[in-house]
Amino acid sequence: MRELRYREALREAMTEEMVRDERVFIMGEEVGHYQGAYKVTEGMLAQFGEKRVMDTPIAEEGFAGIAIGAAMVGLRPIVEFMTWNFSAVAFDQILSNATKLRQMSGGQFTVPIVFRGPNGAARQTAAQHSHAMETFYAQIPGLKVVVPSTAADAKGLMASAIRDDNPVLVLEDERLYGIKGEVPEGEHLVPIGVAAVRRAGTQCTIATWGKMVPVSLEAAELLAAEGVQCEVIDLRSLRPLDHGTVATSVRKTGRLVIVHEAWPYGGPGAELSDRVQRDCFDSLRAPIVRCTGRDASMPYNKKLEELTIPGSATVTQAVRAVMAY
Amino acid sequence: MAKIIELPKLSPTMEEGTLVRWVKPVGDRVEVDDLLAEVETDKATMEFRAFDRGTLLARLVAEGQVTQLGQPVAILGEPGEDISALLATLGAAPAVSPPAAPASVAATMPQAPAMTPAEAPSHATAGHALVAPVSSVDVFASVPGVAGLVLLPQRDAALTVAKGEPGGPSSPRVRQLARSLSVDLASVRGSGEDGRIRVEDVERAATASGPRAEPAAIRGSVAAVGSARSPSVVIPASSMRKTIARRLTESKQTVPHFYLEVDLDVEGLLALREQLNEGAEKERKISVNDLFVRACAVALREVPLSNASWMDGSIVRHTRVDISVAVAVEDGLVTPVVRDADQKSVSQIALEIRDLAGRAKSKKLKPEEMQDGVFSISNLGMYGVDRFSAVINPPEGMILAVGAARDVPVVRGGAVVPGKRCAVTLSCDHRVVDGALGAQFLAALRAIIERPIRVLA
Repeated sequence: MRELRYREALREAMTEEMVRDERVFIMGEEVGHYQGAYKVTEGMLAQFGEKRVMDTPIAEEGFAGIAIGAAMVGLRPIVEFMTWNFSAVAFDQILSNATKLRQMSGGQFTVPIVFRGPNGAARQTAAQHSHAMETFYAQIPGLKVVVPSTAADAKGLMASAIRDDNPVLVLEDERLYGIKGEVPEGEHLVPIGVAAVRRAGTQCTIATWGKMVPVSLEAAELLAAEGVQCEVIDLRSLRPLDHGTVATSVRKTGRLVIVHEAWPYGGPGAELSDRVQRDCFDSLRAPIVRCTGRDASMPYNKKLEELTIPGSATVTQAVRAVMAY
Repeated sequence: MAKIIELPKLSPTMEEGTLVRWVKPVGDRVEVDDLLAEVETDKATMEFRAFDRGTLLARLVAEGQVTQLGQPVAILGEPGEDISALLATLGAAPAVSPPAAPASVAATMPQAPAMTPAEAPSHATAGHALVAPVSSVDVFASVPGVAGLVLLPQRDAALTVAKGEPGGPSSPRVRQLARSLSVDLASVRGSGEDGRIRVEDVERAATASGPRAEPAAIRGSVAAVGSARSPSVVIPASSMRKTIARRLTESKQTVPHFYLEVDLDVEGLLALREQLNEGAEKERKISVNDLFVRACAVALREVPLSNASWMDGSIVRHTRVDISVAVAVEDGLVTPVVRDADQKSVSQIALEIRDLAGRAKSKKLKPEEMQDGVFSISNLGMYGVDRFSAVINPPEGMILAVGAARDVPVVRGGAVVPGKRCAVTLSCDHRVVDGALGAQFLAALRAIIERPIRVLA
């Protein structure tokens, strides 16, 4: 199979869906003439024109609201946030309008919309531009939140998000845009809400998502050299959350380490921990341990940033801790 | 004054770039924002524009070369300026190229004077030595307990025990396992930290106390249940036991059984048997059971409606008389079949049953030798059982339970005299055999058993 970069896979999904369905269009800052702040939309303006690839002013709340309105009257917008950090100023549009209107209108309106962009730290983007925003969004009923970690999933989850009749958030990652992977040609849909086992193992389950998937796989490789066989599960979707796949694995291994970049207070990792301890109580050999971003604002300093985000060394440390049980 | 131009960060995630094409030729005037070259980053091909003005005096990187961030790529200065001193400092100046090892800088700068072999490794070592004290592992280790990163569980000091002492802390899985194996955790020495009892410790404790009791009879894994003081032993069922459990549970749950019991006069039958066995070799002797098999076969032939099975809502009438004989074996029982028993002599039936029972006990019967009977006989007379009711062996329609021959007082000709009686209980599947039909069969059987010469006919 041919290989694509993660950003090219996202672009391919959007391009194919825009060809397939003329109601689909994309809007956001620099998506058009600048070819995308991170070149995800490169070439799309030339292919589809300004009516379907729309540059917006720096006004997230405004264009998120315009897109939600467009979705209500029958279009299927894709909204690019330059990064998810900037979605904070559009939070009310997502929280109070995108996720509410279907229910509040008694089903008279649907909001088939995709919000997408890079999430989490990049490299030295400092305190205000390094947020892992999934903690805020995965909590909201009416939203779907997907986090592709491979090029193939970037295409498959993006296509599924665009075809979904509800608001779907696609949390991409600037550090993953350049990775390459095999991506199926033509229609490729990855179902939303189904986790993937990325590595099979018997002694400890590692559940994670996004950028932490390659980090955890690297840790699993290091641990295998020590004789510890880890099963690495990529959740792929944080809402709905496929805790069943994790529970099945934990019943086998008896141990669970959850790895995420977001802050430790609450969030999908804590939610997963809660579900698994209830479903697998009698199977647990060890406490469920989370390996998370540090409970602090992101420092700009490169070394301090490295000490704030989990790396493969921190994951191996967490796994070793539960292996003692 | 001439200055070195380094590769700038052209995208936030860029760590290196490939200089695809030089746009400015050496000697050209450069203004701020002039396009110098095109650089392919992890993202896209980016324009590398000048931040300074001057004349391009040297290109330090060839087209197609992978270039590290901050690596010197060009020299800008006044036209005709002597840059040899600047070039000479390049290789020995780690400050201008922090991310790149000096050796690789030299390799990508064909115009620069070659570094002496001695210089390169010494700089490389110096660079690494500077970095080492701030490696992530060291700094992380110096701030234990800080929130974030690894959220480690708290140890409960009250639960820990000294190494080698029993009764340490245990996880839900260990406790669950201990319950199912009836292992008392208070007596288990944990091999984990703080005397923690691990799954392996419980398994070891269970196997140490479990299977020693009956090593010959027990295969596979053994678990103990019940109280810790006097544990019962759980033995995994053999496949034969599982088959018995499945078939007889199915029979009792789905076949509507009813039972007919009669007391047969077996005085004549026992006398006949004595005559038949007189002077016969041991292996050719005939048992009461052999006579009953033959008698039942004849009775089934005489009452053909009773030779039937229920199958998927239909009644199947059999034209063959294949009699299953229950044979006790170690750990269970099997029912080998005597085919066409109504067409065989008693001595032939006796020989066959002896062969089948012998092979049943040594587990050498073929599956087909235990299938497709139409009627079963189970005889516990030799164990001193007076009477009992048997469970129908599906899909058969009836089973006869034969008790022991008893010496009983009987009234004959108005006087009480010694007699021989044998209680038999017929279990019938009410779906195919009603009470009257079962009674008809028993009447036919009585007629044969009580006039035993007919057994031989």
